[in-house]
Amino acid sequence: MKKIRAFIISFSAFSVLWFLYFPILIIIWFSFNKESVSSFPIEHYSLDWYVKLFHNKSMMQAVRISFFIAISSTIAALIIGIPSAYALHKYNYFGKNLLLKVILLPITLPGIVTGVAMLSFFPMLGIPLSLTAVLIGHTTFLIAIMITQILARFKKLDPYLEMAAFDLGASPLQAFFKVILPNIKTAIIGAVLLSLVLSMDEIPVTFFLISRENTLPIEIYGMMRRGITPEVNAVATLVFLVSSTAIFMSLKFNKEN
Amino acid sequence: MKKANKYILLAPLLLWLFLFLVLPYCFILTQSVLTTDDFGKVIYHFNLDSYIKIFTNPLYYETLTRTFIYAIIVALACILLSLPLAYFIAFKVQKHKSFYYTLIVLPFWMSYIVRAYAWKIILGEQGIFNSSLMNLGIIDKPLRFVLYSDFSVILCLIYIFLPFVCIPIYTSFEQISKSLVEASKDLGANSWKTFWKVIFPLILPGVISGGTLALVLTLGDFLAASLLGGPNTLFISNIVQNLFGTSNDKPLGSAVGVVLLVLVFLLLEFSSRYEKKHETQ
Repeated sequence: MKKIRAFIISFSAFSVLWFLYFPILIIIWFSFNKESVSSFPIEHYSLDWYVKLFHNKSMMQAVRISFFIAISSTIAALIIGIPSAYALHKYNYFGKNLLLKVILLPITLPGIVTGVAMLSFFPMLGIPLSLTAVLIGHTTFLIAIMITQILARFKKLDPYLEMAAFDLGASPLQAFFKVILPNIKTAIIGAVLLSLVLSMDEIPVTFFLISRENTLPIEIYGMMRRGITPEVNAVATLVFLVSSTAIFMSLKFNKEN
Repeated sequence: MKKANKYILLAPLLLWLFLFLVLPYCFILTQSVLTTDDFGKVIYHFNLDSYIKIFTNPLYYETLTRTFIYAIIVALACILLSLPLAYFIAFKVQKHKSFYYTLIVLPFWMSYIVRAYAWKIILGEQGIFNSSLMNLGIIDKPLRFVLYSDFSVILCLIYIFLPFVCIPIYTSFEQISKSLVEASKDLGANSWKTFWKVIFPLILPGVISGGTLALVLTLGDFLAASLLGGPNTLFISNIVQNLFGTSNDKPLGSAVGVVLLVLVFLLLEFSSRYEKKHETQ
């Protein structure tokens, strides 16, 4: 009886794991299919779809745009996020809890509402629908990721570390760059990797702010709407490989300390 | 000097959030009580027509209730699938626990579009699902209802949001002390009774917060329905998408967005109050 129960539990657990990973394995598998129909079983294997992918101009352009947006919005989020996380950790402010909630709004509220809100308001600030608008949209939700990740590390940091630096004669800037920063370095690297992955994958906000130049997920979305093309299998496999490596590293960096 | 630092460090953040987040949110609140002229241009004329339309026109309120019911189905399915997996990793896995944990965290961050696309090739007419069933001789014609239907959208949403539910449930399982479970067994309760009377009440906060996340994420999702849904599949967020796109009625779109925001806000508030109540106990 006990054995049967243990079997049922592990069987259902592994079935759920299978459910989580089987669709991804299918994509990877079909990306090597020679035929353009994704029917089963596969008769001939080839790398044709990868070759086609690298010759697809609009797809390659979308990859470049996505990298550009991801890197620049991550840098912007770093510039705003690090000092803010430091200040929020060190000082007490009137309405600090409310501020922390507002910071998280772009990741707690539905992306579509944030998207249409920005779509409606940005033109009033003189920002037309464009990559600039996308960049601002991405930075806004990456700030939330940056601040929560770095703040979590600050909370684990020894509070006497900075005081010790001051006692030994360090200026505030010296204390920050020589003592604080090295201690939160791995958290920052982890947050940067997550931000890059999230920005490369973002659709709901981007969808409403984009004009003519597509980011990679929007390009894939467009291809999917037009029908199944095995090129998507190839690009999906690559996206999967790159992003899971980045996430894996990010998880490792966050565990350190 | 010190006092100046305190505010200077935070100034860029405050300015950014005010300009690019708070003002846009305030603006759709405003836009939802405005109206349009004959050409679809928003004009500054106050009225509540959009809200009246949402609660009197069945297209809007029925879609809202249907989406909500679907969201509950997605949340419940995610909880049911998470329970055995989270329980297994928390209590049964002895070696390589962090590896198993990574297995449930990894899909959490994985590309949405790639994971939605997978179901398109699995469920399609010549997809792996239909061709395997046909090869096995269970069916002789591909089942058409499995792709481009409400079913495929719900399945895809369950698949995508499962890690969001599984992680908090796993965390609550992990926090249960093993001695509590042993005590319950020593006192004569069988495993079934131990699970429902001892373990389940302790993981309920995790279940509630994971379930709420799945609810909220489903309410705000327009991609799954537009990629895997049939011609009649319509979720509340698709209505927002259409009103800001082809239908071009921004005030009405904003009003639906505001209703969605209020709903999401209430759900999150309910869930965080529940968690706080349990923390203090």
